[in-house]
Amino acid sequence: MNAHLAIAPVLLPLLAGIVLLLMRHVDLRVRRVLSVAAVVMEIGLSLALVTAVADGDILVYALGNWPAPYGIVLVADRLSAWLMLTTALLALFALLYALRGIDASGRHFHVFFQLQLFGLAGAFLTGDLFNLFVFFEVLLLASYGLLLHGGGRLRTRAGLHYVVLNLTGSTLFLFAVGTLYGVLGTLNMADLARQVAAAPAENVPLVRAAGLLLFGVFALKAALMPLHLWLPAAYAQASAPVAALFAIMTKVGAYSILRVDTLIFGDGAGSLAGLLTPWLLPLALATLAIGTLGAVASRGLRAQVAYLVVASAGSLLTAFGLASAEGIAAGLYYLPHTTFAAAAAFLIADAIAARRGELADRLDPGPTLPGNRVLGGLFFVIAVAIAGLPPLSGFWGKFLLLRAALDHAWLAGVMATVLVAGLLTLIALARSGSLLFYRSHGHAPTSAGNGALLAELAPIAGLLLLVGALTVAAGPAVGYVEATASQLLQPYQYIHAVLKGG
Amino acid sequence: MNALLLAVLTPHLGAALAAWASRYGRLHSAWVAAAVTVLSLALILPAAVAAFAGKTVIERLPWMPTVGLELAFRLDGLALLFALLILCIGLLIILYARYYLSERDSMGRFYAYLLLFMGAMLGIVLSENVIQLLVFWELTSLTSFLLISYWQHREDARNGARMALAVTGAGGLALLAGFLLLGEMVGSYDLSVILASGEAIRAHPLYTPMLILVLLGVFTKSAQFPFHFWLPHAMAAPTPVSAYLHSATMVKAGVFLLARLFPALSGSWEWSHIVGGAGLITLLTGAYIALFKHDLKGLLAYSTVSHLGLITALFGIGTPLAAVAGVFHIINHATFKAGLFMAAGIIDHECGTRDMRRINGLWRYMPYTATLAIVAAAAMAGVPLFNGFLSKEMFFAEAVSAATQMRFGWLLPVVVTVAGVFAVAYSVRFIHGVFFNGEPVDLPRTPHEPPRWMKVPVEVLAALCLLVGILPALTVEPILSVAAAAVLQAPLPEFDLAIWHGLSPAMLMSVVALVGGLLVYAGRRPLFDLAARWEGRVDARAIYQHLLQGLFALAGGITRALDTGSLQRLLVLFFASAVVLAAAGIVDGATPLTGSRPLLEVDGVSLLAAIGLIAASIATVLMHRQRLAALIIMGAVGLVVSLIFVKFSAPDLALTQLSVEVVTVVLLLLALYFLPQNSPAESSRLRRVRDAVLALVAGGGAGLLAWAVLTRPYETIAGYFLDKSLPEGGGRNVVNVILVDFRGFDTLGEITVLAMAGLGIYAMLERLHLPGPERDAAGRPWNWDRHPAIMASLTRLLLPLALLTSVFILLRGHNLPGGGFIAGLVTAVALIMQYLANGVAWTHARLPANFHPVIGWGLGLALATGLASWAFDHPFLTSTFGHLHWPVVGEFELASAMAFDLGVYMVVVGATLLILVYLGLMHGASHPARSAEDRR
Amino acid sequence: MEALLALIIGVLTACGVYLALRGRTFPVVLGLTFLSYAVNLFLFAMGRLAIGRPPIITEAAAAYIDPLPQALVLTAIVIGFAMTAFVIMLALKARAELGSDHVDGRE
Repeated sequence: MNAHLAIAPVLLPLLAGIVLLLMRHVDLRVRRVLSVAAVVMEIGLSLALVTAVADGDILVYALGNWPAPYGIVLVADRLSAWLMLTTALLALFALLYALRGIDASGRHFHVFFQLQLFGLAGAFLTGDLFNLFVFFEVLLLASYGLLLHGGGRLRTRAGLHYVVLNLTGSTLFLFAVGTLYGVLGTLNMADLARQVAAAPAENVPLVRAAGLLLFGVFALKAALMPLHLWLPAAYAQASAPVAALFAIMTKVGAYSILRVDTLIFGDGAGSLAGLLTPWLLPLALATLAIGTLGAVASRGLRAQVAYLVVASAGSLLTAFGLASAEGIAAGLYYLPHTTFAAAAAFLIADAIAARRGELADRLDPGPTLPGNRVLGGLFFVIAVAIAGLPPLSGFWGKFLLLRAALDHAWLAGVMATVLVAGLLTLIALARSGSLLFYRSHGHAPTSAGNGALLAELAPIAGLLLLVGALTVAAGPAVGYVEATASQLLQPYQYIHAVLKGG
Repeated sequence: MNALLLAVLTPHLGAALAAWASRYGRLHSAWVAAAVTVLSLALILPAAVAAFAGKTVIERLPWMPTVGLELAFRLDGLALLFALLILCIGLLIILYARYYLSERDSMGRFYAYLLLFMGAMLGIVLSENVIQLLVFWELTSLTSFLLISYWQHREDARNGARMALAVTGAGGLALLAGFLLLGEMVGSYDLSVILASGEAIRAHPLYTPMLILVLLGVFTKSAQFPFHFWLPHAMAAPTPVSAYLHSATMVKAGVFLLARLFPALSGSWEWSHIVGGAGLITLLTGAYIALFKHDLKGLLAYSTVSHLGLITALFGIGTPLAAVAGVFHIINHATFKAGLFMAAGIIDHECGTRDMRRINGLWRYMPYTATLAIVAAAAMAGVPLFNGFLSKEMFFAEAVSAATQMRFGWLLPVVVTVAGVFAVAYSVRFIHGVFFNGEPVDLPRTPHEPPRWMKVPVEVLAALCLLVGILPALTVEPILSVAAAAVLQAPLPEFDLAIWHGLSPAMLMSVVALVGGLLVYAGRRPLFDLAARWEGRVDARAIYQHLLQGLFALAGGITRALDTGSLQRLLVLFFASAVVLAAAGIVDGATPLTGSRPLLEVDGVSLLAAIGLIAASIATVLMHRQRLAALIIMGAVGLVVSLIFVKFSAPDLALTQLSVEVVTVVLLLLALYFLPQNSPAESSRLRRVRDAVLALVAGGGAGLLAWAVLTRPYETIAGYFLDKSLPEGGGRNVVNVILVDFRGFDTLGEITVLAMAGLGIYAMLERLHLPGPERDAAGRPWNWDRHPAIMASLTRLLLPLALLTSVFILLRGHNLPGGGFIAGLVTAVALIMQYLANGVAWTHARLPANFHPVIGWGLGLALATGLASWAFDHPFLTSTFGHLHWPVVGEFELASAMAFDLGVYMVVVGATLLILVYLGLMHGASHPARSAEDRR
Repeated sequence: MEALLALIIGVLTACGVYLALRGRTFPVVLGLTFLSYAVNLFLFAMGRLAIGRPPIITEAAAAYIDPLPQALVLTAIVIGFAMTAFVIMLALKARAELGSDHVDGRE
């Protein structure tokens, strides 16, 4: 098994998806068990992956036994493993929440869920640019299926926008990849890095154009302003577990930006080194600002969370945009935190909306909810986490980010934006919380049993436990992400591992 | 052994315990809370002894070593003093609240919140690491939010809590920034280091911004002008909360930080002016407003603001003696203000109102409580023999001596004396107005003395006021000295806590304040009228609310302006961004666009084809509103594209493009049946122009990019594939070998996409009723005759042939143009022909309607082929091949990759048919009558 | 010949962009199809142009065209087909549920 460790977490969800498809007539309970089991195994594999690369080894898996750069290789380094683990953990709790009936509200939920994981895993692990394109398509089509799952007018409309926009995005991706191949004659990312470094002056503008086009594609996925407008509608309309799972989707864009910027346009790239960096920081700060304002302005809880996801993408890319080891480390520590927190927020929003009848998630005073205390308590903790208040990991992410910004030319700008955004988030969430839980009068029409309530909230609590773990284990976690950052800033390690020093 | 850590954790854990305990009786949680408080007192004791001896106890636990963060706790004189205040007064509050809270209030929740808050306060004062201090700082903001909003049903409680959270939370963020800068300056977040490097800090270029950020934190927390407005609104909290937060804890956190960082930050021009200035203004405004508050707690709230200003001013003056006085007044204010709030709570409790215009002459109803209250109030006024007098005296003295040092110094004594006058005045009002001054005005209930034990806390505090006031040296001196020494981090200056210093200027000022205060109160009527006229003219809260409204309006405006929910906007933004990015990349004056590579000659046929294609494309755009026509023309474009592939040596692509084209057009035709036949002309001229420009720029860009690459020579990895394809891939058709072998993993993903498209469409259209038109665009009714007989029989004859062809294409794909995908599409097309010619029902009777298994097994086969290589210890998708002789087909080699290709074939057939047949069925469904007949 | 192809790619892209920006789903689908034509040709062209050199190994052949882009385009075509099919059906669903074939569901 160890020999195939790098590919196992990619194939497992595919296998699960196929089996679930063939078993579509088998009793739902069986399929649920199967689906959950697959995700749990995925967590195990991701853990194995993390431990395997923790000391700095880079696993390279040559598919079909064809050597790089000719065949496709999967590459597992600290960064990939970190994202794999985040994805797998997130998936488990999103899936558990879905088991409460949402998965039965349409066809093939579990198939799409597993294939979504297949796409994500492939995207995080592949070392080949065109293969990255293919896996983008896989995870996109899976996300289409999941987004539309359950149906509904607004959902269909949001889906249509999401699909069409992403189709144009894929087209742009192909233009970029094509140009790179046409100029550099290769698709393997490590080899691309080498070719970029060696590119003759007359080809530099083309490579630069292709690189920036790639940035455009990834910025769209990462919801970087001004390409963030698709996100609020899509995420607010998706069913809760799907929205929760989508919390990782923007990170795929962020990951790709980081990977391309540090590997293909890394230190070795001469005049093209750090190609994306100058674009990243200003746009990221703008995204943070816009997202926060959106959260303040939102009239529904789901929309508010969706906008907070935009804002978190802004913070994440701000950290990466600092283009220093500290900055990248800060971002990588913040990444799982914001993923889990956002997911938890989407789930609690659903749990609240489900108890408010007509009002759903609208931010208007309504009836006192059954289980008001429990819901309110969870909401409070989630709000603390998202607003980046102590003691939870959100605060430490913010702390690391600001600390990394200390010796950056934009210190004042970064500090002001991040802190003010934090304050506005706090104000917005305090408002929502007191509207939903304090200004209540009368009692809700539907009153679920407390036992059912706890069962429903368990996945949310689970996500919060992950946030807590990230806080308590901040020491080792920060150690790991710092090691990751330094590995990223020495791309020749990656290149050497893939091309065997070729 | 980490006693301090445990001492801080105990209340946090105790909170949960208290909440849980309330399940077994209202009072249990009170007992738990008290026990927890005593426990953490006990935990501190050992270290306290050392601290009392002047040592500094520091405990460390590693946490984030790489960032220089550890859990570090510190107990020195100052920390000890505050810890004692927090815990002891906390204990009194717990006792008091047990009687104050009514049956309706949840005790468990109250004590849980209170303990959480207590733990956070302890954390602040016991932190050695400033970042850790900030964590607890923010926790006090959060927990105070919970405490202030304890009575959630009350509007004022909710708003007051949110305001407190916003203001103190904002301050906390500023403080974070300040501490980060501070840590950058001294290279450590440890107080020990920071306190030792005052010189370096004050000399640092970042000193001023850092100081301002830190002071923002302090002023918001300690309700200094202009951030004082949140405090009075926090009075909506239950009185025990007010008594705790606004005497010994929350607001004291700010002045604690002033004292804590005194050696590091004080002693600069900025410090004395900002801190001193803010202090004096707050002192004066607070005292002034307090006099005119008719709400009992309102008066106390503003007097708190004023006294905090006094303490801040003392630290602002910056002399060692002033600092000592500051610490002294912190102690005194904590005692008498806690007592006063509790007394006010009792009065409120007994009278059912806090309006001083109605509460009069309570002396007759509750003489005992009155006495206690009068003692505390006298201390607040600074009457001799009460503790407040001593520290105020020191304050006056410092003001006088500071006066000589600066310009306009003479103002200082004047300002503080005036403030003193008001302080006396509002204290007198509290005493006279409430306990004497005639009879009560229609109170909801007749007041009487409260339960015995409810008075105990007040008695204790009142006693302290007197003891300290009369025998300072014996009572407060020791703890004051160690605390002050810890503040200064230096040997103490000479000071003696005597009641009588002879006729000093300070003495004189005290007399003036007392007499003046009495006079002001005597002549209060005109002043009240004046104040009533100025009511709400300048209201910091109003400004705050205004800002908040503005914020929400701004946010709403921006967000709704950007996010209009229009797909066209999304696309325009995306295309525009792409164009900008590409341009930014391409444009650099130096390098020429055209490269050096030799080009091919243009021949007439190609030219004609190209012209045809371009003409057709433009025609499609021009006629796009006549949908059917546009669709057909576009089909022609697709055909030319496949011709281009033929022309330039890409037979596989040509075949694929062709078959895809057929299926896509069929699909679009079927879809068009459900859509309007024409698009309305709705986009404005301006928008059409905008789109056209954008389209032309984008097209131009794509064309130029293609041109730039096409005219450049390049090195490629292609040679490898051409060399290895036959010997190692076992196939002559390199493209196919790449697809199923070199890059088989791409193909695996690709068929997954196709499969998901099929499944997705199936899931999407399920339970969806598409209304079909009765008549076509020209108004002709749809023709429901039987499907033309000749065509039907023809296609039935053709089917086997077509299938045979597709098998052939599949098999030969490895060596000649073809392969699983094309074969799959051919099969699909052939089967679709059956549907078109014979009708859905007829074909259904003879074909499996459900293609899910086909897709599933296809994917499974592809995956299995890949996994098979694991059995031979090869990586996923490693291929192998061998030759064998088949009868008809002839010499022919069989590659494992072909099994993979078979999987591809199955997925393609399955997915394509799933899509088309499903849509076909919907046609039937759209005309129930028809489909019924069809089934016959 | 290269210029001709570049021109074709440009025209197809332009048409695709313009149609994709229309307000109704059907022209948008046409636009997306145009864009996929354009990008397929572009990707294919990245292997440079050659006549009569199909990448099929024969003893006779002197040289071959770069086969890799062709393989990529084939993958791209398939994915493009899947996506187009999906978006077409989604358009139908949107028409049925939103009661209008406008991309934003308004009349």
